[in-house]
Amino acid sequence: MSASLLMARDSPAWLPAVCSPGMKTTMKALRWVVGILGEALITLGLLVLLFVSWQLWWTDVTANREQAGTIQALERDFGQPGRSPVAPLARLKKVRLGDAFAIVRIPRFGAGYAKPMLEGTDRDTLISGVGHYPGTAMPGQVGNFAVAGHRTTYGRPFHDIDRLKKGDVIVVETKASYIVYAVDRHVIVTPYQMEVVAPVPQHPGVPPAQAWMTMTACHPKFSARQRFVVFAKLVKSIPRAEGLPASFMAVPARAA
Amino acid sequence: MYGPLWRLLPGPWPVKALLSLILVVGVVAVCFVWLFPAIAPLMPFNGNSVHNGP
Repeated sequence: MSASLLMARDSPAWLPAVCSPGMKTTMKALRWVVGILGEALITLGLLVLLFVSWQLWWTDVTANREQAGTIQALERDFGQPGRSPVAPLARLKKVRLGDAFAIVRIPRFGAGYAKPMLEGTDRDTLISGVGHYPGTAMPGQVGNFAVAGHRTTYGRPFHDIDRLKKGDVIVVETKASYIVYAVDRHVIVTPYQMEVVAPVPQHPGVPPAQAWMTMTACHPKFSARQRFVVFAKLVKSIPRAEGLPASFMAVPARAA
Repeated sequence: MYGPLWRLLPGPWPVKALLSLILVVGVVAVCFVWLFPAIAPLMPFNGNSVHNGP
C-alpha cells in the first residue's frame, strides 16, 4: 500500500489527498479543538436545563417540605384553639428577623392552604415562607401589615394572588388571635413603588385610621419586572380562646 | 472530553455504563445541593418585595 493511498484514507473526503504533513497536523488540532468546544457547549446546555428544572421543580419540593414542618411547629406552639393563654401583641413586636410568628390561611387558595409567616423580606426569609416587611404594622394593628411572598418557585405561597377577588378572606393566625382580613383591591406596580406598603396603602405620609394588609408578589409570573399587590382590610380580630368561626374558612366558589 | 473519560473508566461496557451513571448522579447532586442554590440569588427573576431604588 503506497503512502499516498494511506493519506487519502485518513483525511476527510473534502481534504485534498495530497496535502502537506504540516497542514494535516493543523487540521487534526482544529478538529480536536472543535470537538472539545462542541462537547463543552452541549454540557453547558444540559447544565442550564438542569438549573431550570431545579428552580421550577426542586425548590418547590424542598420548600414545601420545610414550610409544612414550620406550620406543624407553629401549630404545636400555638396550641389547641380555645385552650391557649392569650399572648399580648407586644410579644409579636419582638419577633426576630427570620423567625416564624404566624400562619396565613387563604381559603381561595384551597381548604388546606397554610403558609408560615416570618419576619423579614430578604431572599433567605422568602424561601421559608411569607415574609413580613419589618417596620410595618403587625397583624390586626392599625396601619399596614405588609407581607411579600413568592409567586413561583420555593413553595410559591402567592402563586394564585391574581385569583383573589374582592371580599376573599385572609386569616392570619397568631398565638393570641385569628386576624381576619377581606380583600379590597389589587394594583400592579414597579418594584420601587414603596407607597404600597405605606401605613395607608398608596397614600404615604397620611396617618392611618384603619388596619390594612398588603400582599406583594412578583408579576408577571416567572419575572421580577413588576409586583402584583393586593390590599385587604381588617374584618375582625378574634381571640384564640373563642376559636375561628368555620364560615371564614369556607372555600369560595370558583366563579370567574 | 467524553471519549477519553469513557476510555478511562475500567472494566467492560456494562461496568463503564454503571460508573458513568454514578458520575452523572454525583454531578446532578452537587449542582442541586451547592451550585444552584449559590447562583440562584444572581438570577433576575426572584424578586417579590418592593424596595427603595434600583
